[in-house]
Amino acid sequence: MRIRVLHDTIYTYEQPARGLIQVLRLTPRDHDGQHVREWRIEPSVDGRLTAREDGFGNIVHWFTADDAAEALTVRVTGEVETFDTSGIVRGGVERLPEPFYLRDTSLTLPSAEIQAFAGKATAGGDQSRLSVLHRLLEAVHERIEFEPGPTSASTTAMESFEVGKGVCQDLAHIFIAAARHLEIPTRYVSGYFLHDDDGEDPSAGHAWAEALLPDLGWIGFDAANGVSATEAHVRVAIGLDYLGAAPIRGSRVGGGTEKLEVRLKVDEPQRGQSQTQSQGTQRQSQG
Amino acid sequence: MALAKAFDEMTGPGDALAGAAVRDAYDALKSWLDTTPPEHFNTRRSQAEMLFRRIGITFAVYGSSDSTERLIPFDIIPRVLTKPEWSFLERGLKQRVTALNMFLNDIYGAEECIKAGVIPADLVYRNQHYQMEMRSFRVPHDLYVHIAGIDIVRTGENDFFVLEDNARTPSGVSYMLENREVMLRLFPELFSRHRVAPVENYPDELLATLRSLAPQSATRDPTVVLLTPGRYNSAFYEHSFLADKLGVELVEATDLFTKDDVVYMRTTEGPRRVDVIYRRLDDDFIDPLVFRPDSVLGVPGLMNAYERGNVTLSNAVGTGIADDKAVYSYMPEIVKFFTGEEPILHNVPTYRCREKEAFSYVMDNLKDLVVKEVNGSGGYGMLVGPHATRREIEEFGRRLKHAPDGFIAQPTLSLSTCPTFVASGVAPRHVDLRPFVLAGADEIRIVPGGLTRVALKEGSLVVNSSQGGGTKDTWVLDA
Repeated sequence: MRIRVLHDTIYTYEQPARGLIQVLRLTPRDHDGQHVREWRIEPSVDGRLTAREDGFGNIVHWFTADDAAEALTVRVTGEVETFDTSGIVRGGVERLPEPFYLRDTSLTLPSAEIQAFAGKATAGGDQSRLSVLHRLLEAVHERIEFEPGPTSASTTAMESFEVGKGVCQDLAHIFIAAARHLEIPTRYVSGYFLHDDDGEDPSAGHAWAEALLPDLGWIGFDAANGVSATEAHVRVAIGLDYLGAAPIRGSRVGGGTEKLEVRLKVDEPQRGQSQTQSQGTQRQSQG
Repeated sequence: MALAKAFDEMTGPGDALAGAAVRDAYDALKSWLDTTPPEHFNTRRSQAEMLFRRIGITFAVYGSSDSTERLIPFDIIPRVLTKPEWSFLERGLKQRVTALNMFLNDIYGAEECIKAGVIPADLVYRNQHYQMEMRSFRVPHDLYVHIAGIDIVRTGENDFFVLEDNARTPSGVSYMLENREVMLRLFPELFSRHRVAPVENYPDELLATLRSLAPQSATRDPTVVLLTPGRYNSAFYEHSFLADKLGVELVEATDLFTKDDVVYMRTTEGPRRVDVIYRRLDDDFIDPLVFRPDSVLGVPGLMNAYERGNVTLSNAVGTGIADDKAVYSYMPEIVKFFTGEEPILHNVPTYRCREKEAFSYVMDNLKDLVVKEVNGSGGYGMLVGPHATRREIEEFGRRLKHAPDGFIAQPTLSLSTCPTFVASGVAPRHVDLRPFVLAGADEIRIVPGGLTRVALKEGSLVVNSSQGGGTKDTWVLDA
């Protein structure tokens, strides 16, 4: 399947902002399930854009602007060919040892409630890791209501679990917290998701999780959609949590308050179908 | 109360103040104590306090409601080490810090010690202080720990143990320097009777160390700065004191910026390139683009400049793992593996609560053990079993049960005592020693002695200043 992405992140500053630095984790890499046909990152103001790799193996662009800017748009355009691998991620870049992905972070710390939930959701029945993970996936999908609004980019798994609501980022965090509590190496994935024609989900960046299976390797689990990762998923960056894989982290001097708008179109080039959605001031992945 | 009769620095295993034989190193000091009229001591003690107040040396105590800053009590009776004792410690410290550096270089590089099973993989990789960013580049001169404070305790004539390796931002060296200065002013006669090795050269040694660590890209005259979190930090006094002594700029994050992967300092004459940053700020806060995004104490882009080899951070990022008390328990094996030698300085036997058997032993023996958080420091959140109430032990047991991985336990050591002025006169109080080890690209430097901390409460074994400890001048006798 071919998936085309057009992704604008638009910052507007109250006053001109100086010393802009943007750290962009917006470039996918190849693995057996996806081939990047073309990909471009274009900031709207003059500056330097350099690509490097971070500790996870993500491609990271550092953008630093030369002059003060009143607004900045980071435009991402690209096309990826994806293949159905039943969610298995192989042939990608692996830089970190597996136990690293058992580490708790403040966004994915399991509360006593999440621990109990993880235990209950996976108790009894087939105790193979794959089966345990599928039951956990289903349980998170059932338990947490998909609802943009009550949570933000800095909401922890604990908090969103308590309100029982959240967006794809929150569901991924809860899944990760629970799986790590079960001593399963798990990580956060940020990327894009191509919705069905009738998909009602608001579509901004998407997020899901990957868990490690002894024989199969890493498998994508999308708690927001309640499925393993499919051909419709474009995998961009990984991290221990949202923070490690965040599409954009930035800093600036001055500029006052900023307004952030995201415009995203994910479609199949030959069919030309698309969804467009913009969001307000949060940077959260909303898929 | 102390468990058993502790080794006394002045009288050895004998009874401290009951006319027991005095160890040679303390001969002159003992007769000085015996022959000086008590009023003289009282006068000098209040002069010492005045001097410290004038210098303004204070220490903020976290979680203390009465005052945010207070004076750390200073005791005028010095702690004395003989030259052979110090030579032994010095050799041991050099070996230990060499091994720590090889270990850190290895866990962020070739990972030989993990492959060889010297230390369990998950203890390294799951550690919050293991910074995976450090895997992708080599730090300047392959050195991670440049300034270490190694806490040493003594239990007998020849029995020294390392209690903790402080490899992040160890503090206390300003007290070592101030204590000596005050002693020289108050008791010049003592220094004419003893040949005490100087410590005043510490700032020179530190500056030489920092300069030696400058990246290849730096000029022959590298610019060194001291980065502080600011005046609300508990050790801010020390930061400004050291910057002053070193003759380098004391900077906060807002004084620095990065451009094209180079760090600059804002000066009245325009931006000036910075080569070495002696940072007294934890990893988590140094760059909001890489670590905590809410940190306002860090410099955006600093890690990038670091990774590009354009600046040296002292200590390196990621040294916290060597501070971890569970990792500490593997230090004997780590020293052997990397240096090929037997460790000169011994560890205190340590029970790792993450191991089932050790955990149940610890739970059964809480009343006899010292239990510490693996990531804790400053004496916060620890249990000293023999001094705890039943309720404290029960409460601690519950915490321990909840997260065994987070704790280690050690037998309660009978730390050596040193004569100390207290309300009732001179009495033995437990002490430890924190020597400061400087590992530069050229050599390892250690100023003789270090900071002696003393637990002022009778029988107390907790010497941390945050827990009511005081300090003493530490003498290494040259002859």
